[in-house]
Amino acid sequence: MFKTIWKKMIGLGLVAMLSATALVGCSSETTTENKTDNKKEQAAETTLDKIKERGKLVVGVKYDLNLFGLKNPQTGEVEGFDIDIAKGLAKKILGDENKIELKEVTSKTRIPMLNNGEIDAIIATMTITEERKKEVDFSDVYFMAGQSLLVKKDSNINGIADVNKEGVTVLTAKGSTSAQNIRAKAPKATVLEFENYAEAFTALKAGQGDALTTDNALLFGMAKQDPNFRVVDETFSEEPYGIAVRKGDKELLDVINEYLKEIKANGEYDKIYEKWIGEKPKQ
Amino acid sequence: MLDYSILIDHWDVYMQGFANTLKASVLALIGSLAIGTVMAVFRIAPIRPLNWIGAAYVEFIRNIPLILIVFVFFVGLPAIGIRFDSFTAGTLGLTVYTAAFIAEVIRAGILAVPKGQMEAARSSGLTYLQAMWYIILPQAVKIVIPPMGNQFINLVKNSSVLGVIAGLDLMYFGDLISSETFVTFDVYIFVALFYLLLTIPLSLGVGALERRLAKSR
Repeated sequence: MFKTIWKKMIGLGLVAMLSATALVGCSSETTTENKTDNKKEQAAETTLDKIKERGKLVVGVKYDLNLFGLKNPQTGEVEGFDIDIAKGLAKKILGDENKIELKEVTSKTRIPMLNNGEIDAIIATMTITEERKKEVDFSDVYFMAGQSLLVKKDSNINGIADVNKEGVTVLTAKGSTSAQNIRAKAPKATVLEFENYAEAFTALKAGQGDALTTDNALLFGMAKQDPNFRVVDETFSEEPYGIAVRKGDKELLDVINEYLKEIKANGEYDKIYEKWIGEKPKQ
Repeated sequence: MLDYSILIDHWDVYMQGFANTLKASVLALIGSLAIGTVMAVFRIAPIRPLNWIGAAYVEFIRNIPLILIVFVFFVGLPAIGIRFDSFTAGTLGLTVYTAAFIAEVIRAGILAVPKGQMEAARSSGLTYLQAMWYIILPQAVKIVIPPMGNQFINLVKNSSVLGVIAGLDLMYFGDLISSETFVTFDVYIFVALFYLLLTIPLSLGVGALERRLAKSR
């Protein structure tokens, strides 16, 4: 008896929740339609207005990525390249770099969180791809990542051409796209794959290979940890990072692009780059 | 059903892994048998310092995880200028590790040979080493065939540790195929079958040897 009542109640609850989400989905769709369809700017609030109204910018950042967005276990503060870019943006919009709220995102959660309004923008090492452009709008490139090589400081390897030789051993992690890329681009080299990048780096330190390959963003972190190693300048795959906003958030996107131009012109960008990456950005 | 296309498409890779696993196993088997026998005799020989060396070897090595011993050869020794490639480092680690267990097996076998055998051999004019080699060890070997077979089978399976240091064995290539095809189950089933291809004949061989030697006893 009780069981059936419970079942009914749970069923009713589910139906209510489903219809609620369906309604919310519909309403948000219509507002974005309004925004894009009506050429004339309506009184409808833009994201930029909302940010100014609430007096703080909400940005989705990574909490677990060295150099870009990493929660410092001692201070509890999130720090990194992306964070400094985000703070600068808050200063640009609101005049104070502390008027910002950082929310943790992962590669999986960032687009849903942006689209349901939890965050205003994503600054989380997000590669600009055609696929993603269908779901969000991207700013100009704010960091050019790409697959590169980590080598000993005195190594004479300076690019992919130098590893595409017999007898050269390149280390990477099992099952990574980096492994597939290096096999395609340096077919003559021996590629050894390890359980993860930490182990591959250990093997490199022990002289078990001539270079380690993966995204330069990761390699910079390793080079920073052990100054006996350097990242070669050349990247042989391009992964441009962009700041993402909701589709149609043109005002906000314009401000972001203006901000990126500004900091690149006034040297602020170079300062942030050098602070985290350890060297000046190459042109 | 198993997806045989994985086996067919990656046949060369499986074969390379299988060949290297076989090679590592055979080399480690011979090496560990040699080191193990020496260490067993060390532990029993009537010379104190040798006893200590034998005991230290066995207690030290067998109480450390295999993977750490392999890491010592792969990334530890290079720090002092001795560098082995991943296959050699893995095989050496496996040899040193298995030798500790084999030493114990052989020691048990030697102790199981009645004391009178050694006394008789010595009073016949043989030296300690001669008595050990000609009289004691042949009898000990017969006693230890079953536990020794166990150690050899473990050795073949333990050779999968090479996969962790990119030692180009079955396990390593299994990992690569699996990450390339995004198939896990089938890929490792074939890996398991290849291991069985090595361990089952080994098992049967040990069994046959045991029966033959039992007759002669």
